[in-house]
Amino acid sequence: MITGRHWLEFEKGVEALEKKAEELKASDKGGSPAPEETARLERKTRNLLKDIYSKLTPAQITLVARHQDRPYTLDYLHHVFDEFIELHGDRAFKDDHAIVGGLARFEGEPVVVIGHQKGRNVKDKVRRNFGMPHPEGYRKALRLLDMAERFGRPVFTFIDTPGAYPGIGAEERGQGTAIAKNLLRMSNLKTPVIATVIGEGGSGGALAIGVADKVFMMEFATYSVISPEGCAAILWKDAGKAGLAAKALKVGSDDLLRLGIIDKIIKEPVGGAHREPETAYKNLKTAFSSAVKELKTLSVADLVDKRYRKFRAIGVFID
Amino acid sequence: MIWLKKEMLKNGSDGKNVKVPKGLWVKCEQCGGIIFKKEVENNLDVCPKCGFHFRIRAASRLAIILDEGTFKEFDADVEPVDFLEFKDLKRYKDRLKASQKETGLKDAIITGEGLINGIRACIGAFEFSFMGGSMGSVVGEKITRMIETARENVCGAVIFSASGGARMQESIISLMQMAKTSAALARLRSAGLPYVSVLTDPTMGGVTASIAMLGDVIMAEPKALIGFAGPRVISETIRQKLPDGFQRAEYLLEHGMLDMIVERKQMKDTISKLLSMLGPSTKAGNISRAR
Ligand SMILES: [Zn+2]
Repeated sequence: MITGRHWLEFEKGVEALEKKAEELKASDKGGSPAPEETARLERKTRNLLKDIYSKLTPAQITLVARHQDRPYTLDYLHHVFDEFIELHGDRAFKDDHAIVGGLARFEGEPVVVIGHQKGRNVKDKVRRNFGMPHPEGYRKALRLLDMAERFGRPVFTFIDTPGAYPGIGAEERGQGTAIAKNLLRMSNLKTPVIATVIGEGGSGGALAIGVADKVFMMEFATYSVISPEGCAAILWKDAGKAGLAAKALKVGSDDLLRLGIIDKIIKEPVGGAHREPETAYKNLKTAFSSAVKELKTLSVADLVDKRYRKFRAIGVFID
Repeated sequence: MIWLKKEMLKNGSDGKNVKVPKGLWVKCEQCGGIIFKKEVENNLDVCPKCGFHFRIRAASRLAIILDEGTFKEFDADVEPVDFLEFKDLKRYKDRLKASQKETGLKDAIITGEGLINGIRACIGAFEFSFMGGSMGSVVGEKITRMIETARENVCGAVIFSASGGARMQESIISLMQMAKTSAALARLRSAGLPYVSVLTDPTMGGVTASIAMLGDVIMAEPKALIGFAGPRVISETIRQKLPDGFQRAEYLLEHGMLDMIVERKQMKDTISKLLSMLGPSTKAGNISRAR
């Protein structure tokens, strides 16, 4: 059964159908509703959803990527891994709740996990700063990366941020420096790194945990140099032109695969990962499993060299 | 990530801190003084009255830093491509053409090698007049090649940043230039070779969050605006007035983000001293030069 608590603007038709199914259930007090009618409605709902999701515009994909019911990093950590143990703090300033990390087991093997974390309810959203890290968040990630290398554990990162936080404290404590250091460190980390864009891949704040041997992307996630709103405000001088900007920026997984930025699109269930999270977890787990096997065949030197060449090759120009 | 003030989007010399190109006189942004243009130029484009550092072109920068006649340019013909056919209010293609015409460069950086008080170094200087010094494929590639050459030549690297950040018109490919250039610097580090990063007005966004802040030594020109997020974005986000001097070089020095602030006239000597102290020993230098 496809259910969702929050509907997006372009899903109105589906919402109406589901409401109808619920009314049917309610009207038939005591007994169960006519099974044929229920099945027909469910089929209709599914087909409509499938139809809508097969032709999402870039602006609509942006909304799905930001959907408040979408699985977040901690959901993946609890369903794709076992024995997740959270480790806190950057050992310098504070614990940034917009980035979580720690140790876990993937198919029995100990690994290091790091990801941006958004909040579900108002209080939690504020505590997580809407998934926008401060420098201390990136420094927490950095110390976990160092630890992964020391103990030879593979790293899994989960990208889901509107961007690094633009604030006074963030600048004073070196937001740019913190991101830059992570880019440098990830580029030569002597252990396998697998990054997955699960929701919003917002700019440098996303890339700061995204320099990896394998970069995966959930089907309805986005990854971009700037948010469509930010881009529209600067280039169109009108934040309302975000739809045009999303299209021009090519933020969706199809485009990113074509541009050679990601290695694989992880299929989402019809209607997005939040409708059937288990399917999303299962698909990602399968991809992780084969990626780990593949990366394990490489020597550390080959692994690091391959990663260098992967990012070294990105760029379009005439020589 | 990307930071461009309205006036910076305009190419050419009508930007805020750029000196008036025509006429014999220039007005200083800082002290308001009207100064004889020749006098400013003879003073390395620094106001003789108050010490204000005017923005300068990449070519002028190299002329100030390198020993005369020692510069050898790298990759001058590497050209940008509008591979996404990006169009906002203008086409990217047209923005490129206009910037190329205005600057005489193919893109927003000049790279090469030369001698700094006799010390060999690979060097790069951003051209802010070219689309706000934004980093796209060409800038990323030229920086990467320059750093790789420094490693091959066993010499240090120096980069003068002046950039609004990543180039939006090349979208995600621009973002990845941050990873690419930082990875090249990681290899330079492993080779034990020094990198001096010089931040000039302005150094923002994706350039700050990659090469600019990865120097073994990081220096800035006085009053240079340096940051990750732009001041307007920050004040809109937090709905607060920003502290005095926020994101200026002096502010960053105070917060421990820079090694030093260096005046333009001291820049060459400071860089050469640092390179001689951190660079490969004279012996190693001789060996590499003898090859
Ligand atoms: Zn003055």
